[in-house]
Amino acid sequence: MIQYASIILFVIGIYGLFVSKNVIKMIVSLNIMEIGLNIFIISIGFVGGGAIAPIISSTQDLGLIFVDPLPQALVLTAIVIGVGTTALALAFAKTIYKTYNTFELDEMEESA
Amino acid sequence: MTFFEIISLVIGILLLVIAFMAINSKKLINSVLFLSALSMLAVVAFVLMKAPDVAITEAVIGSGLVTALFVFTLLSLKRRESE
Amino acid sequence: MRKLFGLLITIALGVMIILALDKTSAFPKFGEVNLQERISNQYLTEENVEMVGSANIVTAIVVGYRGFDTLGEVTVLFISALGVAFIFGGTKQQRLDLKFKPNFMLRVGSNVLLGIILVTSIYIILHGHLTPGGGFPGGAIIASAVLLLYLADDKFRSNVKGFKLIEGIAGSIFVVVGLLGLVFATAFLENFLPVGTVGQLLSAGIIPIIYVLIGLKVGSEIAGVVDNFLTEEESA
Repeated sequence: MIQYASIILFVIGIYGLFVSKNVIKMIVSLNIMEIGLNIFIISIGFVGGGAIAPIISSTQDLGLIFVDPLPQALVLTAIVIGVGTTALALAFAKTIYKTYNTFELDEMEESA
Repeated sequence: MTFFEIISLVIGILLLVIAFMAINSKKLINSVLFLSALSMLAVVAFVLMKAPDVAITEAVIGSGLVTALFVFTLLSLKRRESE
Repeated sequence: MRKLFGLLITIALGVMIILALDKTSAFPKFGEVNLQERISNQYLTEENVEMVGSANIVTAIVVGYRGFDTLGEVTVLFISALGVAFIFGGTKQQRLDLKFKPNFMLRVGSNVLLGIILVTSIYIILHGHLTPGGGFPGGAIIASAVLLLYLADDKFRSNVKGFKLIEGIAGSIFVVVGLLGLVFATAFLENFLPVGTVGQLLSAGIIPIIYVLIGLKVGSEIAGVVDNFLTEEESA
């Protein structure tokens, strides 16, 4: 269920990019796409039926069933990169506002 | 249905509803706050799928720092409008 | 018209993704993954865990097996922080005056909270190879402590040059530790310290050292970004 929800979340983000004409709304849509993608990557590593998180206390625990640790390692760094790209996009949006005094793409074309 | 299935169904539906509201809200600040709520729900989804490392990172960054950056951008513009 | 067109395209895309998912063996049904067929099974064998020495397998992958990837990702974060500083740059900077004024309770309470938040972040960074957490979330908690300082005092400016210094030193030591692996062992970023017992605080070789450096680097970079968003060029 969460897997399908994450795919629909990604698609909602693409819809937001198509429809919205506001710069801040577009950055919010990009963030929604990013969250959906992260949940999807985690979900393809999930093992059902009582598996535990890949953290052990000693080497005797290694006989238990674990979830896949590789997707978690990839998503961990992807989230931190996401805050950097969002900050860069917001800096661009602030510069756009300084030049045109608006966030709406239609009004920018009129004033240009 | 087990407890896990019921919780994941509720979380999935809430994720979709809040994402839809974040895109369709009229005010920009509402859109930003719905994004923060969305990332809080994503934390619950990560915990359900046994990923505590990712859950801690998303809780600090997604609902704390990114929301703060959005709000600071909007606040600095409100001040310029009033002049 | 534009909304209808966007809706049609996105529905087609979603149906395509879901259909492609059910027919391939790389994306099995949710929860029915067979770990024996995947490469991750090797990370969970006893000899490999004792070779790396980290009790948290995710940390073992991020810093141990894929340390070179992590160096690249920290570099990406550095470049985006540099881009933000370049866009907002200017010689004369001053604080952005927000609409609310911080009161007495906020100032005193933030001083109490600051210590607790910093201690929590240090704990999370140092125990990155034993418990959930590590350098990336710990660094983000340090940045949120700096954000709290900015919110509690409307005249506060942190020492941005100090952040840049910490970030440069941490990044340089990361590369130097990697090069030491080349000297004392066989490959870049290979472990050259004794591993110790799995589950102890002083174990896992160079993994805690590298995670502390990553924590300092991420924290100072995001704190610099927060400072850039809360200052502006002097209009007068």
